[in-house]
Amino acid sequence: MDIPIETFTLPNGLTVVLSEDHTAPLVAVNLWYHVGSANERTGRTGFAHLFEHMLFQGSASVGANEHFELVQRAGGTLNGSTWLDRTNYFETVPSNQLELALWLEADRMGWLLPAMTQQKLDTQRDVVQNERRWSMDNQPYGTWWERLPALAFPTSHPFHHSLIGSMADLDAASLDDIAHFFATYYTPDNAVLSIAGDFDRDEARRMVERHFTPIPRGNGRPPLPDMSVPPTFGGPLREVVPDDVMLPRLFLALRSPVFGSERYYAASVAGAILGMKRGSRLYRALVRDQQVAAEAQAFTYDLSKGSDLLVLDVTARPETTVEQLEEVVHAELDRMVADGVTADEVARVVTLIETEMMVALQSASDRADKLSMFTTYFGDPRLVNRQAERYRAVTAEQVNAFARERLGRDNRASLIYVPRSADVEPTQSDLAMAEAP
Amino acid sequence: MTQATATPAPRPAPAPPRSYQFPRFERSTLPNGMRLVVAPVTKLPLVTVIAVVEAGASVEPAGKEGVAALTARLLPEGAAGMDGAALAERFEQIGASVESHADWDVTAVSLTALTKQLPAALALVRDLLRAPEFPEREVARLKEERLAELLQQRTEPRGLADEHFSHALYQPSARYASPADGDTSSVKALTRADVRAFYAARYRPAATTLVVAGDVTMADAAALARDLFGDWVGERPTPAPAGIDAVQGGRLARVVAKADAPQSELRVGHRGILRTAPDYFDTMVMNAVLGGLFSSRINLNLREAHGYTYGAFSAFEWRRGAGPFFVSTAVKSDVTAAAVQEILGEIDRMRREEIGADELTLATSYLDGVFPIRYETTAAIAAALANLVIHELPDDYYDRYRDRVRAVTTRGVLQAAQQHLHPDELRIVVVGDPTVIAAALGEVAGVGAEVVSADALERRA
Repeated sequence: MDIPIETFTLPNGLTVVLSEDHTAPLVAVNLWYHVGSANERTGRTGFAHLFEHMLFQGSASVGANEHFELVQRAGGTLNGSTWLDRTNYFETVPSNQLELALWLEADRMGWLLPAMTQQKLDTQRDVVQNERRWSMDNQPYGTWWERLPALAFPTSHPFHHSLIGSMADLDAASLDDIAHFFATYYTPDNAVLSIAGDFDRDEARRMVERHFTPIPRGNGRPPLPDMSVPPTFGGPLREVVPDDVMLPRLFLALRSPVFGSERYYAASVAGAILGMKRGSRLYRALVRDQQVAAEAQAFTYDLSKGSDLLVLDVTARPETTVEQLEEVVHAELDRMVADGVTADEVARVVTLIETEMMVALQSASDRADKLSMFTTYFGDPRLVNRQAERYRAVTAEQVNAFARERLGRDNRASLIYVPRSADVEPTQSDLAMAEAP
Repeated sequence: MTQATATPAPRPAPAPPRSYQFPRFERSTLPNGMRLVVAPVTKLPLVTVIAVVEAGASVEPAGKEGVAALTARLLPEGAAGMDGAALAERFEQIGASVESHADWDVTAVSLTALTKQLPAALALVRDLLRAPEFPEREVARLKEERLAELLQQRTEPRGLADEHFSHALYQPSARYASPADGDTSSVKALTRADVRAFYAARYRPAATTLVVAGDVTMADAAALARDLFGDWVGERPTPAPAGIDAVQGGRLARVVAKADAPQSELRVGHRGILRTAPDYFDTMVMNAVLGGLFSSRINLNLREAHGYTYGAFSAFEWRRGAGPFFVSTAVKSDVTAAAVQEILGEIDRMRREEIGADELTLATSYLDGVFPIRYETTAAIAAALANLVIHELPDDYYDRYRDRVRAVTTRGVLQAAQQHLHPDELRIVVVGDPTVIAAALGEVAGVGAEVVSADALERRA
């Protein structure tokens, strides 16, 4: 099943992707800016995300708190999110309110700075610091969000540092930083605008041109440093974190081929065989048969630059020791390296993944977000229609080749949470040593 | 600088709205009393199935708290001669992973699959509902997993706050006072015989509704249902006992101790109202203005004006009995008392004066406009239909929904606030560091704050 796709580019460099669907009177507007925490400068960790918050604080024609209110009053839903290498803003509105959504996005892309004040920055800094406490500092295992990338990427790598940011760096963020970040990254030539749902293409194009054409092109974003890393860690990495938790939990990361690359799909299938749903190997072996784990799953970060990460996430049962937990997870990986997977296992997860992709395409918001993603990363929104066949083409041999190359003991970074009272020696792995070129 | 020099365009006016209708659906009943609700939606070759069984926590026998959830989770762990691993494989081979869980009111077995897999998927659902085996080994394993979850919750502030809030609100003998999935002592005591007895008493055709939404016709769905469930027999079971929502009453402030917590997790509320209340829409809109929307009073106050929190909201939890009304947020520890004061102030203000016309239209135009956006997927449509079944709402409920939202007035909102918000009954439960927050909290609450340990409920049990 292909979704219809049309694209055009404004003279200022804004790429626009349209996908019509008239089943329901609603339309999704989705804007990706190709900037994330990877673009932050030293001493400003967390800034890309704090900046995302500031984009909801009004712009030249939009008052404080008015952005949310206008969309909700129109009967729409909205949000934004920040990731390592991109930031997105999105709303789904009744189709007769499309122009309002476009106007709001254009107003903040073109005329954000007149609305920025020290007071708004101070309040959002407080909000974000509370978001950090809520999602990480006051949540069992919560710090894995920043500890795992820190363990898996070298200190100098743009993916190494914390996305939510340190309290000190958040404290240091200033209005000057806002102005500089805005001028550098929030430009039409560094953005993709996708519209999916119930609209007339000529009318939508006229609206986009009316509101976005006056915004000038940027001066070109500074290039990211070299993101490439060796295909494996070159030896095991291990960090033990005593935390306010009752059960040990292991996050085991492996470097894997970047999202969208030829070899990504075999890696994704391997991850699904290991840890997608209850038929997966980890669930079967650790939760169901050996009963050493309370939960077990695997997922990929889907990073498109440098290296992706495949992560196994396993929580121990109360009577399981950390040593046992590590041993059984390593054993499952060793088994996949040694014995490979079967065609039946590949078929099971490809069917699951295909169904999930189709389920997601029901939502206009999901369609628009995927269009923005494939355009931002690969310059080609039509890749959204190629994903199912790329998964279907994956063979057991390809998965086994991936397993031999990437699932070995030299490519495993273990982040282990243990109860504070537990008798496990806290360790810090020496990244500099492990990452010596 | 790339600041645009041209002037931004003025805010555009909306185009005329396009009409929308909630998907048409049909009902039928098999001779054995099993009901069927089918909504044909043909956008994509997908179907969602939800089997709704009147087997929620509220009908558990006393002393067997958690048996409904355990039974529901055991259905896919062995049925019709297949073990759990084989069943998982069978479902996943056709791309349909099945979910089976119990809430307060019902047990729901649900899946979404490609249309061509519907017959195979529904046959497996039949196996789960009609031929579950409850293997001893799996009973023991799922009990252990629930106990592990309860253990983990001792250091998880949100789950801990929810659990302590329910316990502080309802009478100890009321079912709503303890977790729907059971607490440590009740789960430990459950046996395979308890599960089999609960299954035998509650899983009956006359207590089951099959909801199907997606790329299917009523005729095809009905034929499948007849083939798979037509010869299932059993009488309609007894209804839920009374008293599940009895409350303690009065104001209370309680700190659940979490030493050195950087944030306080807050629940402030009291018993809500029945889903069948005549002023349901007034109450829902009132809550939207108070704390239901991002642009609500409580969120704008605590987050945007004070920067106390990442987010704050209020909600009425709709169950067949009177579920709680509560405000929920997490705030930096040193502003805990101040945040509670703001929450109490917003609840008072809601009862004191009519809301502004702008506030009313913000809430009503949001709820009216967002309606079609809520039902984009087969899963969302099926869940909406299951909701009709659970709360016994009329068939034209979704067709009339938007008109009824638009008919709400500022006067109606004030009346709903005065009737359904009770400042003197507020139970204030905070998971946080007592040395930082307890004294000031007691002062703001006006009743003095008691301090309990995080595992107080476990030790009591």
